[in-house]
Amino acid sequence: MIVAASLVLIVLFSVAFHLVSPWWWTPIASNWGYIDTTLVITFWITGAVFTAVVLFMAWCVFRYRHKPGRVAHYEPESKRLEIWLTALTALGVAAMLAPGLVVWNRFITVPDDATEIEVVAQQWFWSYRLPGADGQLGSSDVTWISADNPLGLNPHDRLGADDVVIDGGDLHLPIGKPVKVLLRSVDVLHDFYVPEFRAKMDMVPGMVTYFWFTPTRTGEFEVLCAELCGTGHGYMRGYVLIDEEAEYEAWLGEQLTFAGLPAGEGVQVANTAEPIGGSDP
Amino acid sequence: MSSVSEDPDTGIPPAEVPDLPPPHAHGFWSRWVFSQDAKYIALQYSGTAIAIGLVALVLSWLIRMQLGFPGVFDFISAEAYYQFITMHGMIMVVYLLTAIFLGGFGNYLIPLMVGARDMVFPFVNMLSFWVYFLAVVVLAASFFAPGGPTGAGWTLYPPQAILSGTPGGTQWGIVLMLVSLILFIIGFTMGGLNYAVTVLQARTRGMTLMRMPLTIWGIFTATVMALLAFPALFVASVMMLFDRLLGTSFFMPALVEMGEQLSYGGGSPIVFQHLFWFFGHPEVYIVALPAFGIVSDLIAVHARKNIFGYRMMVWAIVIIGALSFIVWAHHMYVSGMHPYFGFFFATTTLIIAVPTALKVYNWILTLWRGDIHLTLPMLFALGFIVTFLNGGLTGLFLGNVVVDVPLSDTMFVVAHFHMVMGVAPIMVIFGAIYHWFPLISGRMLSHRMGLIHFWVTFIGAYAIFFPMHYVGLVGVPRRYPDISASFVPDSVATLNAFITVAALTVGAAQMLFLFNVAWSLARGRKAGHNPWRAASLEWQTPEVPPRHGNWGEELPLVYRWAYDYSVPGAPRDFIAQDDPGHRASWSHVP
Repeated sequence: MIVAASLVLIVLFSVAFHLVSPWWWTPIASNWGYIDTTLVITFWITGAVFTAVVLFMAWCVFRYRHKPGRVAHYEPESKRLEIWLTALTALGVAAMLAPGLVVWNRFITVPDDATEIEVVAQQWFWSYRLPGADGQLGSSDVTWISADNPLGLNPHDRLGADDVVIDGGDLHLPIGKPVKVLLRSVDVLHDFYVPEFRAKMDMVPGMVTYFWFTPTRTGEFEVLCAELCGTGHGYMRGYVLIDEEAEYEAWLGEQLTFAGLPAGEGVQVANTAEPIGGSDP
Repeated sequence: MSSVSEDPDTGIPPAEVPDLPPPHAHGFWSRWVFSQDAKYIALQYSGTAIAIGLVALVLSWLIRMQLGFPGVFDFISAEAYYQFITMHGMIMVVYLLTAIFLGGFGNYLIPLMVGARDMVFPFVNMLSFWVYFLAVVVLAASFFAPGGPTGAGWTLYPPQAILSGTPGGTQWGIVLMLVSLILFIIGFTMGGLNYAVTVLQARTRGMTLMRMPLTIWGIFTATVMALLAFPALFVASVMMLFDRLLGTSFFMPALVEMGEQLSYGGGSPIVFQHLFWFFGHPEVYIVALPAFGIVSDLIAVHARKNIFGYRMMVWAIVIIGALSFIVWAHHMYVSGMHPYFGFFFATTTLIIAVPTALKVYNWILTLWRGDIHLTLPMLFALGFIVTFLNGGLTGLFLGNVVVDVPLSDTMFVVAHFHMVMGVAPIMVIFGAIYHWFPLISGRMLSHRMGLIHFWVTFIGAYAIFFPMHYVGLVGVPRRYPDISASFVPDSVATLNAFITVAALTVGAAQMLFLFNVAWSLARGRKAGHNPWRAASLEWQTPEVPPRHGNWGEELPLVYRWAYDYSVPGAPRDFIAQDDPGHRASWSHVP
């Protein structure tokens, strides 16, 4: 009796907690509302299964608890029942997987008009690079990294000359424009994580990873590292500010370009009319 | 092999090999230290696993104290916090859960449940334990080494695991961890070969594979999986040890650490992750499958009913075991691996939910129309179903690639895996100990203390891990010693303090359990023969507790499956496996 009642109470507690507790995700600030929708579908399906199964179990415990004279029913298996249950489960699983895969396809398909920007992680802070007037980021490599060239930009690559370098400051992005975030790490694994954007991806030394999103709300959003990166992991914070276009342009105008840094002095701005790689450095 | 034919009346095949006695102990050392009796080795394995598990329990208290009351405990620095979570995770997954299910329950139950006198290689079995013991000693030594244990997280991801920004990265910690893992795998391989060969070769006459209790099916499948999965971790550990000590670059690309160019180059951190999770995901089922098997038997015995859909249950175990080898990269959706992998691994991961769900249904259908005795093993089995169901369902969030993106590396993941492979299997371990303690010791554990232990553990663990999912949903990342951030409301701190209080309480309840074991060993009620009226073979030994060699003069003969409970027309509500009497009416009974 107590056991069956406890099982019912666990279900009631879980459902009530889900519905009335104040703890829910942060208001979204990107186009990834699809992810939230898929998550909510998953909550409904799994919640219904949890409720049904535990309540049925509670009823069994109540109805078939031992009393003198009770004899268990003898039925080793029921193919029909098992096939039905398998089919229903497969259907529920498909109902979650299908929208999940559709949204995943969107997640990994970057729109053509997305602006490429770069986030560089190192123990334990964030740096950023934005393409200059040519709209392209220059090449980079860890071997170029020095005190004068903290992000390791290639000093022989003219495409990098007008790149805006933000070493340790905050990132600004304009609202409503899709961004492809290229992710680079110079030391260990990190993960560029802004809860309001929903998207995140690890940064792996030796390769460039990415995700894309469109900011949909202005404001200040905290950046955290979501992949354990050493003692300072929990304190590797920063901010992304989503601005209206005019504010963004004003901010952008104040930033240093690579050519303005000591290591980039010799680089000349590329002529974007030339085909890339069409001229020897 | 010529003319091995069954006895037409009983279906018992004739003996193929002579019944040889297992090696006998000749003195103190060979009896009490380097024992070759699987039952004694089982207790050595379990005792060592529980001892190191207590260290992990204390670490979990320290972790929760930091999270619940950040800044209050000065001695928990960020460094120490990372060392605590790393050691807690590794001890629980490998040195406690794997060791106790396979080394502990496997050793005790396999020979008894299949009707063998001992494991087939008793000497190797003894060696297996002592290598495991050495692995535990090396692991524990890292607490006292210069720089302390590694703080790389239990996943030990390079490059940080072997660099100076991580506790123990350039000191002893990571080296001792890797050496200990290598030793563990060597020790396990010796034991694992034994368990698999014993199940395949040493079953008594009449014990066909499809008559084995599900406990044995679970342990056997998990053992085969572990033999295939651990080598990946072995290789990864050896390579990382080379990267750390010899300066090789298996997992290390060219990188700059704190402004300084290191001499590494050309390696891939992602390859380590693939190797780690090729081991790591099957590992989840290496822990879960024995728990699935054991809980099936607990439910059948204590509901006085055959496990519902036995054949389906066997196949589900085997299918889950096989599928679990092709889902590993669902731990790596945001690792930067090729995004197309997401489609494949999300699909395989969600497919594995189907046989798993079927197992849950069949446990509950076993309760349905049963004669449910709410004994302690049954209570823990019910607790297992609730927590496993809850944790399994949240797995559908994390397995579905795009839903995982916002949730990965948050406290949601921590809540999920603790519920599904922490709380749930531990519920089964407790249920199993309450169930088999009378066989091992001849005495019952105290029911009253057991009830307190059950309710505090079950309700407490649920109160810890259910709300924790919502901390993750808010966006709080895992592996943060201090979770305050601009988007985290103050109420989350209150919730965290509540979770900490619940965790300390649940931990304290385990002390009551240990006291119960010690007290009952000396003062517990005498159990007598087969106190639960179970049909499986381990309860049918001539003496309780079973002596060396298990079976007296004659090996038992097996006439039926392990689940003949409440058979219509039978004189009692169970028929033991070695009882040649009443035949069941149902034609498919194995």
